[in-house]
Amino acid sequence: MTIGLAHYLTVAAILFTLGIFGIFLNRKNVIIILMSIELMLLAVNINFVAFSVRLHDLVGQVFAMFVLTVAAAEAAIGLAILVVYFRNRGTIRVEDIRMMKG
Amino acid sequence: MILPAIMFYLFSAVAIASGVMVVSARNPVHSVLFLILAFFNAAGLFVLMGAEFLAMILVIVYVGAVAVLFLFVVMMLDIDFAQLRTGAMKYLPVGLVVGLILLAELVLVFGSWAIAPQVASVVAAPLPAASGFSNTRALGDLLYTRYFFAFQVAGMILLVAMIGAIVLTLRHRAGVRRQVIAEQLARQRAETIAVVKVRVGAGIDAEAAE
Repeated sequence: MTIGLAHYLTVAAILFTLGIFGIFLNRKNVIIILMSIELMLLAVNINFVAFSVRLHDLVGQVFAMFVLTVAAAEAAIGLAILVVYFRNRGTIRVEDIRMMKG
Repeated sequence: MILPAIMFYLFSAVAIASGVMVVSARNPVHSVLFLILAFFNAAGLFVLMGAEFLAMILVIVYVGAVAVLFLFVVMMLDIDFAQLRTGAMKYLPVGLVVGLILLAELVLVFGSWAIAPQVASVVAAPLPAASGFSNTRALGDLLYTRYFFAFQVAGMILLVAMIGAIVLTLRHRAGVRRQVIAEQLARQRAETIAVVKVRVGAGIDAEAAE
């Protein structure tokens, strides 16, 4: 009962699917949508590291680190936009966010 | 040999269960806390795979910074979250369908996928187990030499994100008195001091009225 690549890929696939599912389930709450995106990026990172270990190649871990960097920047900017939007409009309902629609 | 398998199943089961709770919890604060739990267990999986540095970075960056940022924002905004959840059940079937289709596709792709036999000859950077380094040192060796440019770009992305977040959320309230040093230094003696002769028994008010 050795744990191989397939086990980690399965966990990552389930986590990624949960992220997609969360976006559909919480369509009105931007904060939960951002959290779901973080879950999906985590699944991608697990895939990167699993392949890196399986192929004995360190580059996958380097790229997992870059994914982590971009995820942190994305969360910071997204939450900043959310705070500014809430300050101006008093709500974060997704379907109210259509001011820029032509 | 049995212990890593047990730990793998423990970490992955808790990670997936907390992932389910992240998307289904009624209270967003609970969602954030389950997200933290999921990150911790993913870090455990990374340690099991031998990527210790990434596991520690995951704990420090995700749990220490990103999740706490989420927690701050959830607690700062005064939102009726129960009202935001109304109609969530309407999207449950389509979400389930899309998620199951995606999962089936992933399983089909990864299930029928095989690693090419000649892949061992094209490894770009061998894992440290072969070279005797620790994971952190090997990663640093690679990051500061071959991927130095990408590393700098990542730093630039973080800088832009930091400045962007500050610029977005900084606001100047009207009616708040602030210290403006330039104005203080530019004050002239003539516009601040006036020499007034005061008559005995009259006072300054009488002088100003004349």
